[in-house]
Amino acid sequence: MQASEIAARARKRGRTPPTDIENPQYFHKVVDCQWACPTHTPVPEYIRLIAQGRYSAAYMLNWESNVFPGILGRVCDRPCEPACRRGRIQVGDEGNAKDPSKKNAEPVAICRLKRVAADYKGDIDNLLPAIPTEKNGKRIALIGAGPASLAVARDLMPLGYDITLFERDPVPGGLMRTNIPSFRLPANVLDEEVGRILDFGVKTLFGAEIKSLKAMLGEGYDAIFVGTGAPKGKDLELPGRKEAAANIHIGIDWLTSVAFGHVEKIGRRVVVIGGGNTAMDCCRTALRLGAEAVTVTVRSPRKVMKASDWEIKDALHEGIPILDNHAPKSFVVKDGKLVGMTFEKMVQTGVDAKGRPKLEASGEIVTIDCDDVLMAIGQENAFPWIERDIGMTFNEWGQPAVDRKTFMSSIPGVFFGGDAAWGPENIIWAVAHGHQAAISIDAYCHGRSLVDRPKPGHTLVSQKMGIHEWSYSNNYDPRNRQAVPHATLEASLKNLKLEVELGFDDKIAAREVERCLNCDVQTVFTDNLCIECDACMDICPVDCINFIENDDEADLRMALRVPALNKSQDLYVSGPLKTGRIMAKDEDVCLHCGLCAERCPTGAWDMQKFAYAEAQAASACLSHHNAYLSA
Amino acid sequence: MSYIAKPSAHHPALPRNALGLTRRDYEGSMSTLCAGCGHDSITAAIIEACFEMDLPAHRIAKVSGIGCSSKAPTYFLSRSHGFNSVHGRMPSVTTGANMANRDLYYIGVSGDGDTASIGLGQFCHAVRRKLNMTYIVMNNGCYGLTKGQFSATNDKNSPSKKGEANPFDAIDLCQMAIQLGAGFVARSFSGDKRQLLPLIQAAISYKGFAFIDVVSPCVTFNNHPASTKSYEYVRMHNMASENKLDYVEPKEEITAEYDEGTSTSVELHDGSQLMLYKIGEGHDPRDADAAIHTIRTNAAKGTIVTGLLYVNEDQHDLHDVLGTDERPLNGLPMSELCPGSKALEGINARLR
Repeated sequence: MQASEIAARARKRGRTPPTDIENPQYFHKVVDCQWACPTHTPVPEYIRLIAQGRYSAAYMLNWESNVFPGILGRVCDRPCEPACRRGRIQVGDEGNAKDPSKKNAEPVAICRLKRVAADYKGDIDNLLPAIPTEKNGKRIALIGAGPASLAVARDLMPLGYDITLFERDPVPGGLMRTNIPSFRLPANVLDEEVGRILDFGVKTLFGAEIKSLKAMLGEGYDAIFVGTGAPKGKDLELPGRKEAAANIHIGIDWLTSVAFGHVEKIGRRVVVIGGGNTAMDCCRTALRLGAEAVTVTVRSPRKVMKASDWEIKDALHEGIPILDNHAPKSFVVKDGKLVGMTFEKMVQTGVDAKGRPKLEASGEIVTIDCDDVLMAIGQENAFPWIERDIGMTFNEWGQPAVDRKTFMSSIPGVFFGGDAAWGPENIIWAVAHGHQAAISIDAYCHGRSLVDRPKPGHTLVSQKMGIHEWSYSNNYDPRNRQAVPHATLEASLKNLKLEVELGFDDKIAAREVERCLNCDVQTVFTDNLCIECDACMDICPVDCINFIENDDEADLRMALRVPALNKSQDLYVSGPLKTGRIMAKDEDVCLHCGLCAERCPTGAWDMQKFAYAEAQAASACLSHHNAYLSA
Repeated sequence: MSYIAKPSAHHPALPRNALGLTRRDYEGSMSTLCAGCGHDSITAAIIEACFEMDLPAHRIAKVSGIGCSSKAPTYFLSRSHGFNSVHGRMPSVTTGANMANRDLYYIGVSGDGDTASIGLGQFCHAVRRKLNMTYIVMNNGCYGLTKGQFSATNDKNSPSKKGEANPFDAIDLCQMAIQLGAGFVARSFSGDKRQLLPLIQAAISYKGFAFIDVVSPCVTFNNHPASTKSYEYVRMHNMASENKLDYVEPKEEITAEYDEGTSTSVELHDGSQLMLYKIGEGHDPRDADAAIHTIRTNAAKGTIVTGLLYVNEDQHDLHDVLGTDERPLNGLPMSELCPGSKALEGINARLR
């Protein structure tokens, strides 16, 4: 019987159809980190390369996927880490910064391992794609020199494009340079990775703020990419705002001034308003500029603060109090000068439909004395320079309408990406946008369809080396997540530029890599080889595998040895076996240890490496990926 | 066998029993048997049974002889008492241990060679004495450790892997056990845990000699198409006496439908019950003659009858028969355990 026929029959009888493992997205989803990464970086593969000491190869695999491994290895938002399967298996001793009653899960320190690849790599110049000396005759303008534009440039330069980059600031990097303090991201790391792209021969115009899109359209570029970010910090119109204006600063603007050395000191007592990562950067920067008492205030409870757990921890570690449930009410001005802020304390009265806390004002007013206030309450993109009469469609929020798939605006040939497209995200999303926009620009310039996206590459190869030998380290290492060494607090607070996190050394990295479960090495089941001896079910350390009567998926999930309650994880369901039962595997907490395959007498189970690579505009930027796909 | 140990990590939502233990806490070391060996499945069923019955491992003694089967106790209950004895001598060692400490649960694991050949005499006398133990035979019809020679339980019509004919009739251990007076006799299949698990639970609860013959395919030497002890043959020729078995612990309420005509329950000594559903055209498990008849007539057709074959709910065990002290030897004070030379002289004087 054909697979499709079996599936149709199962559906008709209210049963779960066999899993279609031919669809590459099925196994892709099992690789939680790669699936969660906006650029789908093959995380387990580069972790194995680090384990082998092949740092340059690990770096290149990263560079091809996410363009800025050294930068992202320090300041990435790390969507991969909360997704990491290890976090569903192992809970550590460390409390959560947002909810101290909870212990933190222990995902693999993926981000820090990425930095290891960057820190320990050798000379990679000869591994970079060749840039054709003969250009293809197409001219592209990139507006804004942040991660999105730089990713577009990286992807298009090897194809022979003539690219001009326009940047308002005197140096490239965008938000990565202006809003991320150098004690988190040193300038030399930024210069290296940004410079690598510009050295491909990108024409750069710094200090060149674009004031009119209409004028740009008249310049004859074949395509224009807008990667201007979300440069406008939100303001709070409260009583006293105007009178105290000299001592009230918009967080991101203030961080930019600090980054360029225009601001070198701040008042003795500083209040930071906001609960995101910018607020954490502001308070820690203020401390380094000599403030003696820095207080962060957040309107909502600590539990729902937007900042990353680790950034909150770093701020707390530096002795900065974070007062939650404090809604700003007014700026207190005395003799024309800011002397404090009043807040009204909020109380939580329940949760709304989305599970967010419902807050009510308690009437209790708190005054905090201060000399300066930094507002880090959000930011948005702004397009005062795009004329409204040039045919661009704007949506109800006054933002240009951008196609989610092609990244093109309503003006053909004008593309958007990064925070400029749909509001603030983060660096890794900007890079992902850049890749997609580059594909569209290349298609647009060559008259191909923008809607037909190039397909990802994928391979599935057995990792069996011998009777009980696999080509990957399949043993489970129960070790806890390795902590990252920090510079001393004393030295850090004195030096704005001193990097706080020192990164893993090769010895710590060698321990951390063994924690990776190799989720890309898939458990592949061939139903017609199975003799239903139960050996795999009995050996599975996490009770994933079941031999069971088929049912509809909801009932099947409940009937497993351990009910499969995590619905974000799929069930791997086989076709009918000889007894009429099926094999159903809950992918949720599979350790990928390979014991099912070792215990299988007939080879019905096999461990096969699933390699997956997203398409990019230039295949020259995927040479390490191509090697990975064919290995 | 594997180069890696079974990872210590377990499913975060793994259920815990009344002792706060997971089924992982009842495991032993990694099996070194061949991949797909039926014995590993039986091991898993024993683990599951002890977990579900909330048995503390230190109240269990596992005893075995020699053979693939007798290696198995290493793979379950690593925290219980254990004795890996001489070939075929598991019953004697268990008898001694049981006499000394009647408070432990005894799980004897043996194989078809260990029980039906070298240990046949030992087996018969343990049954006859109604030793309070669970005796599990992992029956694969061959000597797996020595490259698959026929054992005494291999059916006459079942050739070797290379096609060599078996000239001898098989010993049917269940029939023997019933004839010799075993109080609880069952047969099962390693590939059917739904049947095997409640049988093991009931056997452990049974006070007296409880015997389970488990057909357990040898994947390496006796799982070929012509073998009557292969996964495929047993699945095709298995006639379960019951559609479904349920072990109900003493503390549990019986919630399932109880229908007079199609189901019956066997009361075990500790107050637990084994519910037997739908004994279609089968036999009454309390009738020894009917049990033997059913086994024989089906065997003649090449069918293997599985399930609870025979039970005597009123059996007295060896301690009852001998009238031994209620307390285990380690619970007796020294003065009673060794009453001194005067008492010995008195005994001797009585014998003169």
